[in-house]
Amino acid sequence: MEFRFNDEQAQLRDVVARFCRDKAPSSAVRRVMATDTGHDHDAWRQMGAELGLIALHVPEDMGGLGFGAVELGIVMEELGRSLLPVPYLSSVLATSALAEIEDAAVREPLMAALVSGSKLATLVLDSTNGHPVSGELVAQDDRLTGSVRAVLDGHRADLLLVVVRAPHAPTLFAVDAASSGLTKRPLQVMDRTRRFAGFRFEQVPAARLGTLDDAQVERIYDTALVALANEMAGGAQALLEATVAYTRTRVQFGRTIGSFQAIKHRLADLLVDVELAKVAGYQAAAALAAGEDVSANASLAKFVTADAYMGAAREAIQLHGGIGFTWEHDTHLWYRRAKSSEVFLGTPAWHRERMIREMTA
Amino acid sequence: MTAPAPAQDALAREVRQWLARNWDPNLSLAEWRERLADAGWGQPTWPTEYYGRGLNAEQALVVQAEFARIGAVGPATAGPRGLAAATLLEHGSDAQKKRYLRGITTGRDAWCQLFSEPGSGSDLAGATTRADWDGARWIVNGQKVWNTSAHHADYGILVARTDWNLPKHQGLSYFLIRMKQPGVEVRPLKQMNGHASFNEVFFTDAVVEADDLVGKPGQGWQVALTTLSHERAGFTSIRGAEKLRHGDQRIYREYAREIEIANEPYTWYPQRAGRIDMLLDRARESGAIEDPVARQEIAGAIALQRCLGWFGARGLAKGPAGSIAKLAASRVARAGNRAHTIVSGIDALFEGPDSPRDGIVGEILLSTPATSIAGGTDEVQKNIIAERILELPREPRFDDGPFKDVPRN
Ligand SMILES: Cc1cc2nc3c(=O)[nH]c(=O)nc-3n(C[C@H](O)[C@H](O)[C@H](O)COP(=O)(O)OP(=O)(O)OC[C@H]3O[C@@H](n4cnc5c(N)ncnc54)[C@H](O)[C@@H]3O)c2cc1C
Repeated sequence: MEFRFNDEQAQLRDVVARFCRDKAPSSAVRRVMATDTGHDHDAWRQMGAELGLIALHVPEDMGGLGFGAVELGIVMEELGRSLLPVPYLSSVLATSALAEIEDAAVREPLMAALVSGSKLATLVLDSTNGHPVSGELVAQDDRLTGSVRAVLDGHRADLLLVVVRAPHAPTLFAVDAASSGLTKRPLQVMDRTRRFAGFRFEQVPAARLGTLDDAQVERIYDTALVALANEMAGGAQALLEATVAYTRTRVQFGRTIGSFQAIKHRLADLLVDVELAKVAGYQAAAALAAGEDVSANASLAKFVTADAYMGAAREAIQLHGGIGFTWEHDTHLWYRRAKSSEVFLGTPAWHRERMIREMTA
Repeated sequence: MTAPAPAQDALAREVRQWLARNWDPNLSLAEWRERLADAGWGQPTWPTEYYGRGLNAEQALVVQAEFARIGAVGPATAGPRGLAAATLLEHGSDAQKKRYLRGITTGRDAWCQLFSEPGSGSDLAGATTRADWDGARWIVNGQKVWNTSAHHADYGILVARTDWNLPKHQGLSYFLIRMKQPGVEVRPLKQMNGHASFNEVFFTDAVVEADDLVGKPGQGWQVALTTLSHERAGFTSIRGAEKLRHGDQRIYREYAREIEIANEPYTWYPQRAGRIDMLLDRARESGAIEDPVARQEIAGAIALQRCLGWFGARGLAKGPAGSIAKLAASRVARAGNRAHTIVSGIDALFEGPDSPRDGIVGEILLSTPATSIAGGTDEVQKNIIAERILELPREPRFDDGPFKDVPRN
């Protein structure tokens, strides 16, 4: 039985792929990288208003397009094949968290602002492993205190969503980024196409949106893991393709370096890594979409794709030789993205452990 | 991806009705499999004129699920019979399919694969076993080696040289050979794990009938590639790991014996695949479940195994991509070996009755090296991937021209 994405999914993939190709040639990525926000605002606006990608996975009765984790995975994989600097992942995190709030009167105004793109929100995650329940903040009388090491796209978000145990049940709060008592520090990140900021909260007033149960919290986490996993699979694939192309043209000893068996075999191994990574991402997305208990396989997808992506980045540099270690060549931009993705939401070792914990629970 | 549910329901109902009328665990295995062949339910994807139902792979899963639900025994799967069947379905004549496929699916005939030779393994096209036309029949002389289950086999799929003046790939032909004849001698070879499931096979004026040539003379390489690609793709699932339902009725006893005898290698094939399925239980047993290093290794091994399974289940291991599955299977086996060693600690010193789980752990540690050799080595799979999927330049050749002039062992 050959697995195929359906026609609609294939179309979605084409649209996003074409968009990324147009918007994210290296010159454009490097130009945006050098700006303060590090975001391609024009591309982001189009992704929302024209392509409907911000609303893609948001349920229809919440004003979204009602697609699931499989379609989200497709978008992430294609985004991952480029380095288009847009706050898509933070947007997915925020909307996924918000979608868990049952009270429509509380949820709707915020969701409408996020889906329309008029406001940018991010979800504050625990810095050690990216879990949605922050261990860095405490809530008292709906005021948050503590300091958070790294918040994805925090440098630009209008709104911070935070899950805190308050005092027992995980509770989702919304914090206006302009609130008094909140100090923001944009960080010098390794991957300049994906920014983070640190925050200090001192008695910051927060709007209480509602409580979540543990299953909801895990679903938010798993959604983020699976999205990032698919993005990493796309990145690994892009690096493999670029490296294969280079070895077909670079000549040493009177022959292309791609004709040396030592290099052919390394690329073949890399292809195996990439193919298994893609399948791990697809499978986790399909399980998520089907509402299955996906935590073990979401962690699996996270570490399998992270290892493949880092491996591809290392091999890409090695097989390019000296040029691969220059600032001028793009390989390091991908290496930086791979490193950032490897660590964000929890390291591979952390997810191996989580997978075993889930399987033996 | 999925067929409309109603069609699947109807199919499931049809299978269920047929099973209700025909399945009987008190039948002999042979009687039952004859019924399967008559009705075609044992091989749902084979054409209806050859003991199948002409269904697609997805529908076949529906059929298999119905069998599994009531513990009905399936068709024979032992040894390389599946490779012979797949090759015949693609390249065999109508007469060959009619003559051989039935015995393959009922288990009446056992098969072996006669490809590797002492002088040519990875370089299969360098075979020097010869088949000469005597005007009425093919006469075979030479030697094959590492032939799994040849000592049980009634027939073999054989690659032999029929023309020495052509370049190596063009002078080969593909035959079906009767193993039980005076000119064929089979000698078991003891493996590093103590089993003896492969053999060396000597041919001295052995006979192949004219209509047991598959394809045309000189097409042996093309036909063999079909066999090889099915072999590689087969590594996505673990042979011998199928759970058989234990009943004490006649058919289950006979089925267990079939697995024990005719499927001899299947007693250790699951071990050679690394026994990832045992890791967590073994870790609880040994206490290694508390060891963070062991947990890391186990997680890595399980992840590889799952990815390989998904790759296969999604139908991706086709054509040259079968080599991806084969390489992944080698990784799984190695990861299983490493993880079982860490999980077992000092117990990994032993084999046989002194090794945990009645020797299975020792057998894992001594069997996994087979995976990266059998069915084409890792290095050969990497060449295939590099050249056929990544389209990198081919290896330099030193074996052009008439085969008789090519340097060899
Ligand atoms: C358990 C088991 C069961 C088997 N069952 C069967 C069977 O039923 N029927 C059958 O016909 N055969 C069978 N085989 C044989 C198997 O297919 C061969 O052993 C295998 O193809 C390797 O051939 P070889 O042993 O001659 O090694 P060689 O080909 O001599 O290889 C030796 C080493 O050289 C490397 N090498 C060779 N060529 C290249 C190259 N071009 N580039 C880089 N490296 C290269 C190989 O990877 C290997 O590491 C079985 C083997 C095993 C272990």
